[in-house]
Amino acid sequence: MREFGYERADDVSGAVALLAADPDARFLGGGTNLVDLMKTGVERPARLVDVRELPLDGIEPTADGGLRIGATVTNSDLAAHPAVRRSYPALTQAVLAGASGQLRNMATVGGNLLQRTRCGYFTDVSKPCNKRVPGSGCPAITGEHHNHAILGASGHCVAVHPSDMGVALAAFDAVVTYETADGPGESPLTDFYLPVGDTPDRETALPPGALITGITLPPAPVAARSRYRKVRERASYAFAIGSAAAALDVEDGVVRDARLAFGAVASRPWRARAAEEVLIGRPADGETFAAAADAELGAARPLPDNGYKVTLMRNLVVAVLTELAEEAAR
Amino acid sequence: MAPAPSSTSSAVVLNINGEKHQLTVDHRTTLLDALRERLDLTGTKKGCDQGQCGACTVLVDGRRAVSCLNLAVAAEGREITTIEGMAEGDRLHPVQQAFLDLDGYQCGYCTPGQICSAIAVIEEHAAGWPSAATEDVRPEAGPPPLTPEEIRERMSGNLCRCGAYVSIVQAVARAAGADEAAVGEDDANQGETAKETAA
Amino acid sequence: MTTATTGPTTVKGAVGTAHTRVEGRDKVTGAARYAGEIPFADLAHGWLVLSTVARGRIRSIDTDPVLGMPGVLAVLHHGNAPRVDTDYVGMLGIPPDPTAAVFQNDRVPHAGWPVALVVAGTPEQAREAAEALVVTYDTEPHDITLSADHPDAYPADGHMPAETEKGDLAAGLAASAVVVDEEYTTPEEHHSMMEPHAATALWDGGRLEVVDSNQGTTWIQGELVKMFSLDESSVRVRSEHVGGGFGSKGLRAHQVSAVMAATVLHRPVRVVMTRRQMFSLAGYRSPTTQRVRLGAGADGRLRALEHRSLNQTSTVYEFVEPGAGVARVMYDADAHRTANHVVRLDVPSPTFMRAPGEAPGSFAIESAFDELAERCGVDPIDLRLRNEPEAGPVSGLPFSGRNLAACFNEGARRFGWADRDPRPGVRRDGRWLLGTGTAAASFQAGAGPSTALVTAEADGTFTVRIAAADIGTGARTALTLVAADALDVTPEQVRVRIGDSDFGPAMIAGGSMGTRSWAWAITEAARELRERLALGTSIPPEGITVRSDTTAALGALAQKERHSFGAQFAEVAVDTATGEVRVRRMLGIFAAGRIVNPLTARNQLVGGMVWGISMALHEEAVRDRASGGLYGPDLAGYHVATHADVPDVEADWVDDPDPDDPVGIKGVGEIGIVGAAAAVANAVWHATGVRHRSLPIRPDRVLSATVPAVGGGTDA
Repeated sequence: MREFGYERADDVSGAVALLAADPDARFLGGGTNLVDLMKTGVERPARLVDVRELPLDGIEPTADGGLRIGATVTNSDLAAHPAVRRSYPALTQAVLAGASGQLRNMATVGGNLLQRTRCGYFTDVSKPCNKRVPGSGCPAITGEHHNHAILGASGHCVAVHPSDMGVALAAFDAVVTYETADGPGESPLTDFYLPVGDTPDRETALPPGALITGITLPPAPVAARSRYRKVRERASYAFAIGSAAAALDVEDGVVRDARLAFGAVASRPWRARAAEEVLIGRPADGETFAAAADAELGAARPLPDNGYKVTLMRNLVVAVLTELAEEAAR
Repeated sequence: MAPAPSSTSSAVVLNINGEKHQLTVDHRTTLLDALRERLDLTGTKKGCDQGQCGACTVLVDGRRAVSCLNLAVAAEGREITTIEGMAEGDRLHPVQQAFLDLDGYQCGYCTPGQICSAIAVIEEHAAGWPSAATEDVRPEAGPPPLTPEEIRERMSGNLCRCGAYVSIVQAVARAAGADEAAVGEDDANQGETAKETAA
Repeated sequence: MTTATTGPTTVKGAVGTAHTRVEGRDKVTGAARYAGEIPFADLAHGWLVLSTVARGRIRSIDTDPVLGMPGVLAVLHHGNAPRVDTDYVGMLGIPPDPTAAVFQNDRVPHAGWPVALVVAGTPEQAREAAEALVVTYDTEPHDITLSADHPDAYPADGHMPAETEKGDLAAGLAASAVVVDEEYTTPEEHHSMMEPHAATALWDGGRLEVVDSNQGTTWIQGELVKMFSLDESSVRVRSEHVGGGFGSKGLRAHQVSAVMAATVLHRPVRVVMTRRQMFSLAGYRSPTTQRVRLGAGADGRLRALEHRSLNQTSTVYEFVEPGAGVARVMYDADAHRTANHVVRLDVPSPTFMRAPGEAPGSFAIESAFDELAERCGVDPIDLRLRNEPEAGPVSGLPFSGRNLAACFNEGARRFGWADRDPRPGVRRDGRWLLGTGTAAASFQAGAGPSTALVTAEADGTFTVRIAAADIGTGARTALTLVAADALDVTPEQVRVRIGDSDFGPAMIAGGSMGTRSWAWAITEAARELRERLALGTSIPPEGITVRSDTTAALGALAQKERHSFGAQFAEVAVDTATGEVRVRRMLGIFAAGRIVNPLTARNQLVGGMVWGISMALHEEAVRDRASGGLYGPDLAGYHVATHADVPDVEADWVDDPDPDDPVGIKGVGEIGIVGAAAAVANAVWHATGVRHRSLPIRPDRVLSATVPAVGGGTDA
């Protein structure tokens, strides 16, 4: 870890100004990912601007019935908040499915959105990686990739986004808000993450030097009946090999509204819009759910060792939607 | 050994176990290393230094956190409680006592982290926080009972390679006062009385 | 009360009674100090630099820029490090792994080979300088892939003969009504104890002091004496608290490089491995590929048995993971053939890891027995009981005790085995298919020569000094109970001091032999001390000390098959839609000698079973073929079981005192893992009808397996 400067920001504009003054500076939130990456040499900032004390730690209802979540809200506080648990239970479940109690107490909402992939080539500076060193190659494609992407990847990078929280946020049309030296901006979460293409090192639409200030969740009555299911290689404290956030509104046995997003299958939380289109207006039964899954997974391009993810996601979608439909029928 | 404050180090005051410590820290120094290498508080353990094992768990402002991913310079102004601050004089914290009585450890290296974590788990549960093991997270469902399954999920950020998980869960349940209610008579008695006669 | 004579001890006393750990208070308050936690004035910090290539030679090491960095004191490498001797045989009767003899030449035999040590005033400075050190290599093509038909494989002995054979295997198989012929694989597994390897070395008044985390202080002392050509009395190794070992904490790069740096710099130097470095420097369990052939009559009685096991080792050191050894103890047949082979690859040296040989070997043969039971239509427990041998299948020696049947009977009763429907894939609980499985376990019972010092203090208390190691086993407490009984006093009157090579030679904490070996020595010394005290001698201020040495007593032991045994039971739930497998409950009943401290012994046996769960479902280090290094070598990439993976695991035992041990001890450190993974895998078959012959049983493997018709069977 190289030596670095450290400053604590008192307000948002000050934080943005500090970062603007130093291109090698990074914002420090909970540090759960950044400090680890600094230890492994993946990140080598010259200066850290600590933003944890910024007044961005509130969760407030919006005028239209949604929620405004500050960027420095910890994952724990987000998951425990009554409004989140009541109106977006899959978001609470997703956050609680991630990391550990200790890490959730530290990790912030803003930092979670910006966390980097856990691809073992990315986190090992002795190995090539196009995301870390553009042009150095992607050894995962011919190497270890049993937990890599099946959707939206490219010949340059097949890493997956590690967030659980982001999957639920993608399902619920979250909007990321940020502050730059030129003023505020915002981006729907589904557009916030850039396609991989030939620039896997460019991960988000966040302008250089911008500070994430929070997330806005629009009102989504469908989200009140929602679930997050995560499959991983041990029962807890592990990243997903596949996950799904789903919400379902069923009336008279017919799907009236649905939300679906996948985790651990792509470089970003994967909103399954093709599946949603199949669901809406169809009978809430296994046949529909399977058809919806197939509509989304038809675009899957698995590698030799991760084809199981197509089966896994199909089964997971059917299982979670079936559970929600049964719940609705009760 | 302590560098003078510079662009890459800072003079800080760390509040640990109710005591203020003045020191100059290299910004690279984690809270974990400050405790162990600078303040001789070696009860907090370094198992992985990457947030992947929980051995370095301490309480920061009353909440459990891994000290290996906390920078010491960023810990200024916070109340840090380590394993050394859990007992009151000679009287062990109930969680410590339960670990001792029920053999909730083997090598002991993950133990301070397990205990700090368990103390926080009991408080988090009392505050009504759900977990990934909670079937219904909606507030209307009320707080989940602290079943062994809930304890296991909530404690999963603390690895124990010796595999003492069974007795750790019993110890947490006992300390939480949940052993009778949730764990059940048989489980609760098992670790304590053992079946000495079989030997 | 207790009399301390050789022969079974059956009287009441401290032994056999649950006792909380004597160092427990220190462990729960954080007061217990481990190796990297002892303060030293003027301490310098060493940081190892590991190779990034898998095979080749070091072309250059650019030390100048690094020596100019803040706080840097030295960079040790093959061009300037002290020379050491590796041409010797250590206490365990084996030569040292040259991986520990760091910086002796420019060859790089595997990725993660130690190439330099950077020493600086603070850990932060040492780390940054180590990261900044530029090392260039002339690389050579590497081979890191273990395959069953690797052309370079050869038979190797290790700690047992490579091959055994009796009878005509081909004829036996041909004459068998039922034949099982399958291949099983286990992956590369890492000890991953929670405390990383750490050592501080310093020269103090002409004496080398090493504060270390190891499994035997006199073992490490002896290795350092020989490697650095020092006088035995000039080296002292201490290791008071050890945060787990499992076979990995022997002589390794951290102690040797710390001694080199302390020698060069004339100040204390501490070297601590990072978690990632441990995956290259601390040894591991080799992957195995095994083939088991069983031929039996329709009643399941064996006519032919073959077990072949192949493991990898490094190009610099031969380590045998003797997977086929377990069949030499467990099962007999007229035609009986076992073989352990190794192949040298460009990988780090594997080493002992909890139940070396038995852990992977029992997965293969106990799975194969389950397959045989299935094909014969015989209950898996009945099958094993029908094949109980009268004597050692290969040695012909009598068993000192073989209480396997008692374990199965007691286990079956408590687990509810009698109600089991043998058909696979027919029980369901919501999304979960349920199944149960069983497996047998055995592990050798032995003892190594040890010395102990027992002192009658003037105040009426007793002090025991022995170079034992408590790596989490509860040895310190167990020895307190043993000493109390041997001295006919209460445990509170006994103070046991361990972990100091100055206490004299003693067996390591390994091979499930530690507590038995040390207890024997303590019992001997205590007996002699009591005889002296019985003469009415008054105790001088410095006390009266008696020293024992068990070398002669152990040498006089009759040759027998000496083992612990056990029966493992598991119930699992499998979601075939997601591939998730959860263990719901587990029971192990063991015949493991006299249990000294039921509280800690139960914990340790359960811990072994937890390792079995972890081995069955989670653990796997993945090697990247292109680089030859590991993929994701950390505790996020290498999964060990968490709290959430471990249900109520119960261990208990049947009465089984060893007739030839003064206390009746056999050992409980390893038996808990043996057969445990097979019991889980057999339960997965029972749940799903799919046989998993490759560990771990990952979700993708469950998903990729053909889903059988209910009641049918298939292979994964």
